[in-house]
Amino acid sequence: MTSLPQPIEGAKKLGLVIDLDTCVGCHACAVNCKEWNTGGHSAPLPDYDKYGAEPDGVWFNRIHSYEATGQDDGCGGRTVNFPRSCLHCETPQCVTVCPTGASYKREEDGIVLVNTDICIGCKLCSWACPYGAREFDEDAGVMKKCTLCIDRIYNTSLPEAEREPACVATCPSRARHFGDLGDPSSDVSKLVAARGGVDLMPELGYNPVNKYLPPRRAMIPTRATETPVRSGTGFGAALLTLVDRVLSR
Amino acid sequence: MTPASSVLLLTTLTGFGYGLLAWLGLFCALGLLPHAPWFLPAAVMIALAFASGGLLASTLHLGRPERAWRAFSQWRSSWLSREGVASILTYPPAFGFAALWYFAGAGAPATRVLGLLAAVLALGTVYCTAMIYASLKPIRQWHNRHTAPDYLIFAAFSGATMLAAFTGIWTSHARLTGALAALAALVAAVAKRGYWRFIDRQAPLTTLASATGLAAFGSVTPLDQPHFTENYILREMGYQIARKHAAKLRRITLVVAFGLPFLFALLAAIGIAPMIAAPLAAICTGAGLFIERWLFFAEATHVAAIYYGRAV
Repeated sequence: MTSLPQPIEGAKKLGLVIDLDTCVGCHACAVNCKEWNTGGHSAPLPDYDKYGAEPDGVWFNRIHSYEATGQDDGCGGRTVNFPRSCLHCETPQCVTVCPTGASYKREEDGIVLVNTDICIGCKLCSWACPYGAREFDEDAGVMKKCTLCIDRIYNTSLPEAEREPACVATCPSRARHFGDLGDPSSDVSKLVAARGGVDLMPELGYNPVNKYLPPRRAMIPTRATETPVRSGTGFGAALLTLVDRVLSR
Repeated sequence: MTPASSVLLLTTLTGFGYGLLAWLGLFCALGLLPHAPWFLPAAVMIALAFASGGLLASTLHLGRPERAWRAFSQWRSSWLSREGVASILTYPPAFGFAALWYFAGAGAPATRVLGLLAAVLALGTVYCTAMIYASLKPIRQWHNRHTAPDYLIFAAFSGATMLAAFTGIWTSHARLTGALAALAALVAAVAKRGYWRFIDRQAPLTTLASATGLAAFGSVTPLDQPHFTENYILREMGYQIARKHAAKLRRITLVVAFGLPFLFALLAAIGIAPMIAAPLAAICTGAGLFIERWLFFAEATHVAAIYYGRAV
């Protein structure tokens, strides 16, 4: 059913928190996501023209880099690496526009999924997503998307520590966090609160569950410059000033 | 948005078909149609042929056309599903309308009622089609108060030219229907110009700073792309049309879709070769509205393209 589930007070909202401060833009999340998911719930994730001039394929993570320039940045712009994937919105229009019921939002944890067995490949859900999160499988003729690694996070054959999305598990700078954003006492919720996590494009009203932590403001302390005390005039005083400068370094 | 010919055919052909069906229902109720036993059944078949052709063309857009029947299930939330349901619901009253005209007569109350019902359902289907586009929040050129009325106006206009062509050929005069088509051409031209003025003055839905959550850091510009070739998102939603080409195509649309049909319909209305002028009006309308619909897609921008630094 593509009507959205009734929001339940205190229901789980599983999602990601992505730290734009520590993301180094290495694309490891995208690669591990591709590796896991091409054998997972939405398998396969096809590639086209793999060794040709225009290689292309289905990837659930895309890592952009941007330059952010503000007035108060004394040293000019800063580079921000920006991983983009499905935000598992609370009011996802990709779900409600689906004519077949293939696209759905799970009541129990808020994960947005596609049932590729009944998807007709009309692509309307990808038009309804402002974040460009949905990717079309040209071989199978159906839409695919991030599953939040539903086949990892509930996978009891994996050790408990590994029951997190592939992108989170692989991130070398721990810029990706997974948890229940519906629970204010969860680690991810506390992280969002502490770091002032934000929604992407809040003005469009999709209420994304995933949150992004903005880069921290640069706080590199600079030593106060010392003015050497002049002990007098003449060669001796000048020499002492020089010695003072050298030693003060 | 990349214009896909299957969707362009869907929206233009169903506009012609359902527009004609709507006018037939209304004209029959008002007793304005020629009382020939075969006139209405033939016209309804043409209307349904156009509408069905458009609906079949739309299945070419699907990745899995053999599953198209599943699209009838989610009418509670999806305008695409509602369009499918409304299009199917239109067939029985349309067939019944044609049959009653033939067997019970043009003036029979049942014929008139069924004709009006078919007209309402036909326009309802066009409205559902329009709402597929009008409901998409990430596309500012579609998600506005122009889209739904415009689709209804263009359906009424193209249907009116079809009705003029049909009456022109059948009865060799198209006084009333030609005048109606000419008037509809003027209304449609005004609506389209209003739409263009509106989208030209629209503010972008968002900024790259808001899309990346970096609004507090000032302005944001793209530095490195995630990939060097076009992906699905860019192919489907990153379509860009040069401003000068768009301006030229808008002028061509005004002439071919509205100007020429207006002139030909006017000629038909004042009795100058209505058998030729009225069909010519319909043909120009078809060609012109196809360009108009191409522009409707090509000029539409999707906010997701902002992540790649494209103008939205």
